[in-house]
Amino acid sequence: MDGYRLVDEALGRVLYIDLRRKTYWVRSRPELFLKFLGGVGVATQLLKEELSPDADPLSPDNVVVLAIGVLTGVYPTASKVVAMFRSPLTGNLGESHAGGRAPVAMRMAGFGAIVIKGASETPIYLSIHDGVVEFKDASALWGVRSSLTIGKVLREREPWPGMRSIMRIGRAGERMVRYASVILETYRHFGRLGLGAVWGSKKLKAVVVGGKRTIPVADVSTYRRFYKELFDEITKSSVMQKYHDLGTPVNVLPLNKIGGLPTRNLTSNSFEGAEEISGEAFAEYSLARRVACAHCPVACIHIAVIRERYPHEKYFYTTRYIGYDYEPIYALGSMLGIKDREGLLRLIEEVDVVGLDAMSTGVALAWTTEAFKKGMLSESDTLLKPEWGDWRTYINMVKHIVNQPNDFYRILASGVEKASKVYGGSEFALTYGGNEMPGYHTGPGAHIGFLIGLRHSHLDNAGYSTDQKYIGKEYPSPQSLIEELVEEEVWRQILSSLVVCFFSRGVYKPSAVSKALEPLGIRLSEEELRKLGMEIYREKLKLKIRLGYRLEELKPPKRVFETPSPFGIIGEEYFNEALQHYREKVLQLLST
Amino acid sequence: MSVAAEVRLKRLVVVDQDLCVGCMSCMFACSRRYVDAGLGYTAIYVRSAGGVEKGFSVIVCRACKNPSCAKVCPTDALVLRRGGGVILNPNLCIGCGNCRAACPFGAVQWNIYINKPVICAHCGYCVDFCPFGVLALEEVDS
Repeated sequence: MDGYRLVDEALGRVLYIDLRRKTYWVRSRPELFLKFLGGVGVATQLLKEELSPDADPLSPDNVVVLAIGVLTGVYPTASKVVAMFRSPLTGNLGESHAGGRAPVAMRMAGFGAIVIKGASETPIYLSIHDGVVEFKDASALWGVRSSLTIGKVLREREPWPGMRSIMRIGRAGERMVRYASVILETYRHFGRLGLGAVWGSKKLKAVVVGGKRTIPVADVSTYRRFYKELFDEITKSSVMQKYHDLGTPVNVLPLNKIGGLPTRNLTSNSFEGAEEISGEAFAEYSLARRVACAHCPVACIHIAVIRERYPHEKYFYTTRYIGYDYEPIYALGSMLGIKDREGLLRLIEEVDVVGLDAMSTGVALAWTTEAFKKGMLSESDTLLKPEWGDWRTYINMVKHIVNQPNDFYRILASGVEKASKVYGGSEFALTYGGNEMPGYHTGPGAHIGFLIGLRHSHLDNAGYSTDQKYIGKEYPSPQSLIEELVEEEVWRQILSSLVVCFFSRGVYKPSAVSKALEPLGIRLSEEELRKLGMEIYREKLKLKIRLGYRLEELKPPKRVFETPSPFGIIGEEYFNEALQHYREKVLQLLST
Repeated sequence: MSVAAEVRLKRLVVVDQDLCVGCMSCMFACSRRYVDAGLGYTAIYVRSAGGVEKGFSVIVCRACKNPSCAKVCPTDALVLRRGGGVILNPNLCIGCGNCRAACPFGAVQWNIYINKPVICAHCGYCVDFCPFGVLALEEVDS
């Protein structure tokens, strides 16, 4: 990278925070951002430097890295921030992406990455603005019932309204439920893999970051011209229109129709209540407002209204708002057999109030319900009688997961894999590498994708989308399926390093990315970008292996082979062949 | 009336702030119009009206005929603009911040780099970057 420099020097600044000593320092690391562009690429390197492979995820030794990229604050839909840490849920590499205002706020505060180390003895929150980090006491905020209240309180106390992010944990994070989330701007999350529990273990209640500044570019006129091109394509493309109109819940009905909507712990592939909880129904009966992440003109965030009458007060109502998306609708809706839309919204709200990952929580409740019905769990374990569709009971169970009144809930708070090891029922424990299943039973691609994706997420390689592409056509061989999934995941390392929202992946094609980087003084051909994607993929894989990832342990839950997918019953033989090919591929990748 | 005068006599208006999704594209556009990327030079300010569920406040210069900001400027650095609002003469501005404090809408933003106000030119560049029709450029009576 000789001859190159980072045009915006501030992006190269990495802020290190030591929660134990209550100190911070800044290091200039432009070479990291020039080479890896930001996000996942940079965070992987920082974690490699800072995280000891034997660090317990809930000990002060765990390290949290937040990173943005060269396009943040520069182009539309570069609207995500990446968090990397050791996951308390899987014990392995944790990676979670969030939108909201955080990415732009971080860039405006003048940092490309934030590294949080150590643990505080008493609850604190961090306020990062105007080049300083303030360590503020959060003892009074600790234990507050609702994560939404924390947002309201800090909103009044902290600077840079409109240009800041308020990231905070709820009580689930405080109580270290291993799939607790971090909530930002009320309706966005670092959902997956338990970042909230890591913050809780560090007694870190919230991080507020904000500011306002200019980002220099190398060639202003080319920049402005290309910005306009991208903006027009993003606001006019049909894919983005879909996210704008109904949002991600647009997927409910199509997935149900093809028989790919996991229902009642995947005992069924379609749900008789799909119409009631479809994107169309939510839009018609519940939608209150659509909002956007900072610097994203798509506005896919859909907020519903809950209007409830007080039982003893005539003409006295409470009106509350809650965000909804496809994944919470799947995990807390079809997966639990809930078709009562209002009830589903109340359950989603409770999950947000306590600060849990919606997907893991839904799968945990679904597994519990099936285990209870099969007699593996008794009422002395569950304290309640879980029943498909009974959202009131599920709300109380969510409270129990947080409060952990007995052994069963203490164990369930460690995740479904752990719970099934203790109580049995691992054949219907829907987890992948320890992470609970996303909402797609579309075929082999989805499940193999969850398993081999480096964060076991549906967004790693979009196997669900590969599946849907082949409906009515000849399905690829196990080998070519693996090749396709890995190729997609390799390219996504570039998008998650930049850090561009995956919803706009159709716009940020290799040619467009190459063009977008040019006015920033970064010259990378399409070919070089793909090579870099592979390097980041390999680096992440190596880090994952260093943290204990065992390829030979990759195993899908049996249930996957019992419930028909849109391609019929998924063959175990096909699955095993694909996994074998993946293992060989990994060995080959690591040796080159 | 000359063509040039017609072009000048426009002002930026908020058509309906309930249409705003808070994407900040207008703010980025405004800042980009003057310099590079980021938000350092934006004359527009969008913030949530107390939580995004309540919607957004879109704060733009109202192009007052009789603007508070100009009245409190001790050096006459803010000159009345034809069609409303003001034009900043940066050579006279001493960065006292009176204008910012005086505007009842909070529509005078601040340039931290040169310690002077950011004044909306009512150019309408932001309008092209609002896909939701929140902003428009409106003719004003002379």
